[in-house]
Amino acid sequence: MAGAKKGFKPSQIIVAVLVVFWFLVCLVPFFFMLMCTLKEQFELLTNGVFSLPERLYLNNYVEIFTGTIWRYLANSAIVLVVTLVILLMFSAFAAYPLSRWKFRMNKPVYSLIIACMSVPIHVTLLPIFMMTVNLGMYDSIWALIGPYVAFNLPISVFILTTFMAGVPKDMEEAAEIDGCGKYGIFWRIMLPLAKPGLATLVIYDGVNIWNEFSFALTLTQTAANRTLPLAVQEFQGQYTMNIPMIMTVLFISILPMIVVFIFGQDKLIKGMMAGAVKG
Amino acid sequence: MKSITMSQRRRRETAIAATVFLAPALLVIAIFVLYPIVQSFVTSGYEWNGYSSNKVFIGLGNWVELMKDKTFWYAFRNNLVVMVLSIVIQMPIGLALATFLDRVGKKGNICKVIWFIPMLMSSVAIGYLFRYALDANTGFVSAISQLFGGGKVDLLGNPDTVLYTVIIIIAWQFIPFYMVYYMAGYSSLPMDIHEAALVDGATESQYFWRISLPLLKPSIKSAIVLSMVGSLKYFDLVYVMTSGGPSHASELMATYMYTNAFSSYRMGYASAIAAGMFILISVIAIVTMRLLNRKED
Repeated sequence: MAGAKKGFKPSQIIVAVLVVFWFLVCLVPFFFMLMCTLKEQFELLTNGVFSLPERLYLNNYVEIFTGTIWRYLANSAIVLVVTLVILLMFSAFAAYPLSRWKFRMNKPVYSLIIACMSVPIHVTLLPIFMMTVNLGMYDSIWALIGPYVAFNLPISVFILTTFMAGVPKDMEEAAEIDGCGKYGIFWRIMLPLAKPGLATLVIYDGVNIWNEFSFALTLTQTAANRTLPLAVQEFQGQYTMNIPMIMTVLFISILPMIVVFIFGQDKLIKGMMAGAVKG
Repeated sequence: MKSITMSQRRRRETAIAATVFLAPALLVIAIFVLYPIVQSFVTSGYEWNGYSSNKVFIGLGNWVELMKDKTFWYAFRNNLVVMVLSIVIQMPIGLALATFLDRVGKKGNICKVIWFIPMLMSSVAIGYLFRYALDANTGFVSAISQLFGGGKVDLLGNPDTVLYTVIIIIAWQFIPFYMVYYMAGYSSLPMDIHEAALVDGATESQYFWRISLPLLKPSIKSAIVLSMVGSLKYFDLVYVMTSGGPSHASELMATYMYTNAFSSYRMGYASAIAAGMFILISVIAIVTMRLLNRKED
């Protein structure tokens, strides 16, 4: 890249070396994981870390996919879908008045929601745990929905409010003249127009919810009620030192992320940026 | 007269509609964010194991203990070390990668994708991956060391190296984030400023130090605040990799809180840790933001 032209300058060579070095830094751990998934348990110990697999060995995948992984996948998928539906509804509800209307409490309410972005979740972990126990919801995937909605809500409201503020007002005004009420405008005009903003939320919040660990660890207990990030922990108990097996679970758990990255790269990055710029 | 009542009515209608639209979001935040913060402070006044009905009010007892608790302050010190080293390591590398990608433009797309890979993995996945990758017997750091005639290396089992190892892994995880972040910063700079500078005879390095760096200052400042708050509340990766060990060498405030709540069953004391964390993080964040914003004037 930088050093591709003839007559290399020393600085270009240094840059090229650094570029390649950083390639390795990012790829070697990933490669280690991938290679492990294709090895037998003792192959890793006898042949060393860097050897390529002796043959195409897919038994790790076969064993994982015939086991309890489906339960974790199903739990994760249910939590993801239910949380996203509620989260998108609530944040769109909130973003509409905040971005469009003048009323006295607009600024204070918006500031309050934005301030919640910087609340560390671990401050709320124990009270939410106690609340969940008291409500008899401990060790159920439904206990995760509330906290997941709450902790993704501030950033979602922020992204959507910014997005809706940029939508032109003429359609809304025309609808109002035609006698469409505030609620009608929201459902028939604002929500359809906000689709690109909602798509950003689906990707960005989706990744966060899929990967969430702390609440899942604290609010659920039995394997049947746990989500994918905790599968590794369970499998680790089951396979103790079977590293290839554990790496296979890891690789399966990040596969959806790779797919999301391939198809939703822009939206993922846009969400990350919005999350970062809050200030 | 009529128009005043009209506008008043409209305003009231707007207020009612706004309340209806905002109610669900505010309710969720009240239940799962605001109430728990208050509850953390309330529970910190009790001696309680978390499940029995024997809940004894001891006033500031937990707070007095917290002030004297060497492990808590050691964990806080660790958080500060993570915070400082994260900024020192992640900011320059993230900025360097973004600068490179900004210069080479579209040609650098493959670099961008590969450099982004660590960001695709969850903290938990990274934690487990490196726990095994750094294992003294089966990991690749040990293997590299043995390749060059060294002995087995146990970075996570040694109290002297564990914290720094964790910091490097956190950097591995978050550098892509700051890379993308600074790329966004670059893309917000005026389009032709780079060409204009070169036409005026500036070298690439002059352009970087004198023009783009000062213009990126706002991005750098908020990145620093982000990194600070993130480091102070760090949990997942450390919990998975070391659970704060060996002998508290990689203990952080959040992992210490978790151990107290769910291993020692001291819910009251753990709540005091959580509340203390909340106070420390808020103070540090507010002070830093003040300092960074004052310099600007």
